Amino acid sequence: MSTDTSVIFLGERESARPRVREAARRPSLSRFALTTIALLTFAFLYVPILVLIAFSFNSARTGAAWQGFTLQWYARLFNNPRILDAALNSLIVAVVATIGAVVLGTLMAMAMERYRFRFQAFWDSLLYMPVIIPEIVMGISLLLFFASIRLERGLLTLIIAHIAFCMPFVYLTMRARLADFDRSLEEAAQDLGADEWTTFRRITLPLLMPGIISSALLAFTLSLDDFVISFFVTGVGSQTLPVYIWGQIRRGITPEINAVSTLMLILSFVLVTLSHAMQQRTGAR
Amino acid sequence: MLQALRERPALRIAALMAPGAFWLLLFFLAPLTIMGAISFLSRDAQGFPALPYTLENYWTIVRDIRFAPSLSLEGGLQVRLFEGLYLDLLWRSIWLSLISTLITLLLAFPVALFMAQLPKRYRNLALFAVMIPFWTNFLVRTYALQFMLRANGPINTVLRSLGLPPLELIFTPTAVMIGLVYGNLPFMILPLYTSLEKFDWTMMEAAHDLGADTWRAFTRVMLPLISPGLVAGSILTFVPAIGSYITVDLMGGGRTNLIGYSIAQQFSASVNWPFGSALALVMMVIVTIAAVLYFRSSRGMQRAVI
Repeated sequence: MSTDTSVIFLGERESARPRVREAARRPSLSRFALTTIALLTFAFLYVPILVLIAFSFNSARTGAAWQGFTLQWYARLFNNPRILDAALNSLIVAVVATIGAVVLGTLMAMAMERYRFRFQAFWDSLLYMPVIIPEIVMGISLLLFFASIRLERGLLTLIIAHIAFCMPFVYLTMRARLADFDRSLEEAAQDLGADEWTTFRRITLPLLMPGIISSALLAFTLSLDDFVISFFVTGVGSQTLPVYIWGQIRRGITPEINAVSTLMLILSFVLVTLSHAMQQRTGAR
Repeated sequence: MLQALRERPALRIAALMAPGAFWLLLFFLAPLTIMGAISFLSRDAQGFPALPYTLENYWTIVRDIRFAPSLSLEGGLQVRLFEGLYLDLLWRSIWLSLISTLITLLLAFPVALFMAQLPKRYRNLALFAVMIPFWTNFLVRTYALQFMLRANGPINTVLRSLGLPPLELIFTPTAVMIGLVYGNLPFMILPLYTSLEKFDWTMMEAAHDLGADTWRAFTRVMLPLISPGLVAGSILTFVPAIGSYITVDLMGGGRTNLIGYSIAQQFSASVNWPFGSALALVMMVIVTIAAVLYFRSSRGMQRAVI
């Protein structure tokens, strides 16, 4: 009987493999209640996003009544130099910060994973800290730091800050990848006469590439999405897209914000799809 | 130089570590240290740091604390012995963050359980469905929620068209709570799911066969084994909640003040950098204590099962 219920929920008999059927047989949790709660929670997560996307095509200037389909808010975005500037700033910061964070984080992961040295525990905790402490603390401490060394806030300070908070995430990702790394492949290359540089270029780097690409996607997404830290280290002429959106929301809701938000949602969607595909590929190997 | 790198591992370690270590020390640890130092400075007329050194900023936080036993129903039952302006702020921040973490957990657990029991094909789809909000811009998501709940937003428009009175949803403590749960749900679901996916369900059957009832099997077998996901999810939810700025502003209109928002205010609306630094340091201490306690209890849980 329990197998029958699992078939109802899982759709096909073939896909109900033993492990799943095992789960379905558990007597206590009613699967129906579980499914209902889960689907409602997914609805809670998605309805606001979908409504926002729908309203970015609504021709009403104010209010939430539907007055017809339009693309005019998108057309306005692409004619608004301030939005385009903010988008360009976001892109510059994200690209530079991703490169910086990936290089620094990967090098540190290699040292930490492959060698044992003094103060290693200290560096390990220091690399974890930016992940754990609240963003707002990192934002204001960087603001205070840049103010004390009298470095004017702008693209440079944004890039510095973004590398600092993206690097630990790259480090954690790469460290996990390096832990699974089969070093006998490197030894084999060297036994066959390759020097260290060749081994690194021809063996180590290609094998690490999937990890490097997924941590780069991670860093790029984090940088592009960041608002709180950027808010404190940005200068007058160097607003990023989230900082610009924030300013607009504070002034009152306009359909243009819905449109630019929708575009950011689409961008996130593309990035998630890419990194999901990356993980599937490495998982399959 | 390459020759030297090859022959001396210490040099090689230094070469690999130096760039990242330099960055972390200069742009993470040094700023925190400066923030700590500034928290002991006075403020000048504009609110910027100035000499002399003082304990004034910390004294402001504790000076009005007095003994005042009370009982309130704000955000659940609260029994309090002391009160004070900043003590209340700290307490409210911790309390609301804890409650929001708990609600998030109660919603996320069934979702993670549901996902872990799906066949592989659907499981990947469900995982993808969680990853999208996980990686979507937090500001945009919170804005979407605000848009829904606004006085003249879609919900109230529907209510009005049905002839029902509109609800006052936005800019209330409840809205902040909904915002925190909404914003942090993916950060709880994902780690929980990762732990549950690895969970071997035959363990539960073994527990049942050995005479444990469901509750006992859950608390003694399942909970310890999924505790890494539980710990990670709770920290990823609690810390952003207590430090939240976007949610408190967009959902609460700044009326339900939490410590993270108060700190930001000292750097924007009412400038007082030294006091803001002191508050930030206090928040870091709270977060650190919470993280240490939590890690320790989970390790205790793991030990209990072996």
